[in-house]
Amino acid sequence: MRTIRAVAFKEIQIYFSSPVAYIVALIFMALSGFFFVRDLGNPFPEASLSNFFQGATFLLIPLAPALTMRLLAEEQKLGTIELLLTSPVRDWEVILGKYLASFVFLLFLLALTSYYVILLVAFATPDPGPIYSGYIGLILYGMAALAVGILTSTLTSNQIIAAVVGTGILVVLYATSFIGDVVTGVWATIFNQLGFTSHFNDFDRGIIDSTHIVYFVTVIALFLFLSIRALESRRWR
Amino acid sequence: MAVEPENQADLELEPVTESADVDAMIEVRDLTHYYGPMPAVENVNFTVRRGEILGFLGPNGAGKTTTMRILTGFMPPTRGTVTLDGYDVVEKSLEVRKRVGYLPESVPLHTEMTVTSYLKYMGTLRGMGGRRIRHRIDDVIDVCRLEDYSRTIIGKLSKGFRQRVGIAQAILHEPEVLVLDEPTIGIDPIQVVETRSLIQDLGQEQTVVLSSHILPEVSMICERVLIIHEGHIVAADTPNNLAQHLRGVAQLEVEIGGPPAEVLPVLRSVNGATEVTHHPRPGVNAYRIKFREGLDLRDEISRTVVSNGWSLLSMQMSSMSLEEIFLRVTTAEDDVE
Repeated sequence: MRTIRAVAFKEIQIYFSSPVAYIVALIFMALSGFFFVRDLGNPFPEASLSNFFQGATFLLIPLAPALTMRLLAEEQKLGTIELLLTSPVRDWEVILGKYLASFVFLLFLLALTSYYVILLVAFATPDPGPIYSGYIGLILYGMAALAVGILTSTLTSNQIIAAVVGTGILVVLYATSFIGDVVTGVWATIFNQLGFTSHFNDFDRGIIDSTHIVYFVTVIALFLFLSIRALESRRWR
Repeated sequence: MAVEPENQADLELEPVTESADVDAMIEVRDLTHYYGPMPAVENVNFTVRRGEILGFLGPNGAGKTTTMRILTGFMPPTRGTVTLDGYDVVEKSLEVRKRVGYLPESVPLHTEMTVTSYLKYMGTLRGMGGRRIRHRIDDVIDVCRLEDYSRTIIGKLSKGFRQRVGIAQAILHEPEVLVLDEPTIGIDPIQVVETRSLIQDLGQEQTVVLSSHILPEVSMICERVLIIHEGHIVAADTPNNLAQHLRGVAQLEVEIGGPPAEVLPVLRSVNGATEVTHHPRPGVNAYRIKFREGLDLRDEISRTVVSNGWSLLSMQMSSMSLEEIFLRVTTAEDDVE
């Protein structure tokens, strides 16, 4: 536990002292702000965060891998992985520590967006239900996206490749539900169930369905498990 | 027929293979590691005693780094076993890693951290408590002379100071075994001298394994040297013995028909022969004669043998592979700097 905390703490320190994280935060805030105000021009705008939530899921596709790309790729590039893996630290503790750090940064990003909630409450009377459920959904969605990014960062020593491949995988997971909308029958169900979008949308509507929670937790566990195996296999290469 | 016992000197260059050594800190048995189809090290055997300073000497690509990476638990060997303080590096990797301090050749450090925060991070990874970490950081900063740089970002330090930070992290948790891969490469001569004396100080209490391709350095610091070449240990001995053996010695193998008890003293009396050993084989008595390089004893020996009424059955200059390898593996110190 102490080693997980040590790994996580070091990465969090580096997040908050490096420009990349602030650039990610800046882009996220600027563009999610745009999504948030998009409907305000309507004569009867809805007092909800739905536009923001939908926009955020889109923004996290490139931004989550940008946050995680450094975590393991850089250690491999610099060779510091050699000292990390010859310390009495288990491989899963390394992955979990790194993941935890990226998760803390995600929470920091989402905490910044509480400013939208404050605005809504100040100028209107929004329904609090979908706001709570939307944030829960967004956290789960973000955690899944970060887990994908951790895997691609483990697989390469090149940060750019890690980010691009991670974004690619997330685009596929984001877009499968669009395929699900086009095809019919069993295929529609399969494609809809595979992707992130259909599982996220219920959270946005104010529904907390355990199926969707199980889905995201499974995705997170799967990608973290693959990351641990990938790190282990590094020793045998 | 009296048979002269095998001379002790003959065994000196054999790889050390004793296994019942209670004092053994590291035991390496039949270690083989492949990168793809090529073996980086093959059937390597050696033992490092507790408190010993052992040097690996060999050219780049000889297998030094591979061996060290296996010792430190960074990667498992393809074949063979390595135990450290009785713990197998594959089965009990975590126990091994707790006991090892490691400085890789490239001195990989987190360049965006300060010296102190980096050491604190490494200490926590090694499972040290906060109070002990603070205490030890003060110690290692003192030992490695980093006092003026404890708050400096590592990326801004020169190569020599980074090397010191690398050593500081390796000794931070007071490991029983220190593994240092080329600890003096790429730093200036004054720092080289400082680093060497630091390693010698550390070797007072800890077991140290270091690699180098500089012969004088190894003979200065190490109590025992393994010469590695193309993945094999070609010699293992104290620096003094190695130097003696390699100081321009040539060797002649002869087979003589005659009573060994009489032949030996005669051969030994040949002018220029430094060492004569008897190797009885079925039906024939062979002798190995060492002499100073530059001399040629063939003429004199053949005449001596014949004049004593014995028969000279064969005579051969033996290959000097070890010497050749030694010349190849050792570069003069000033070639490097």
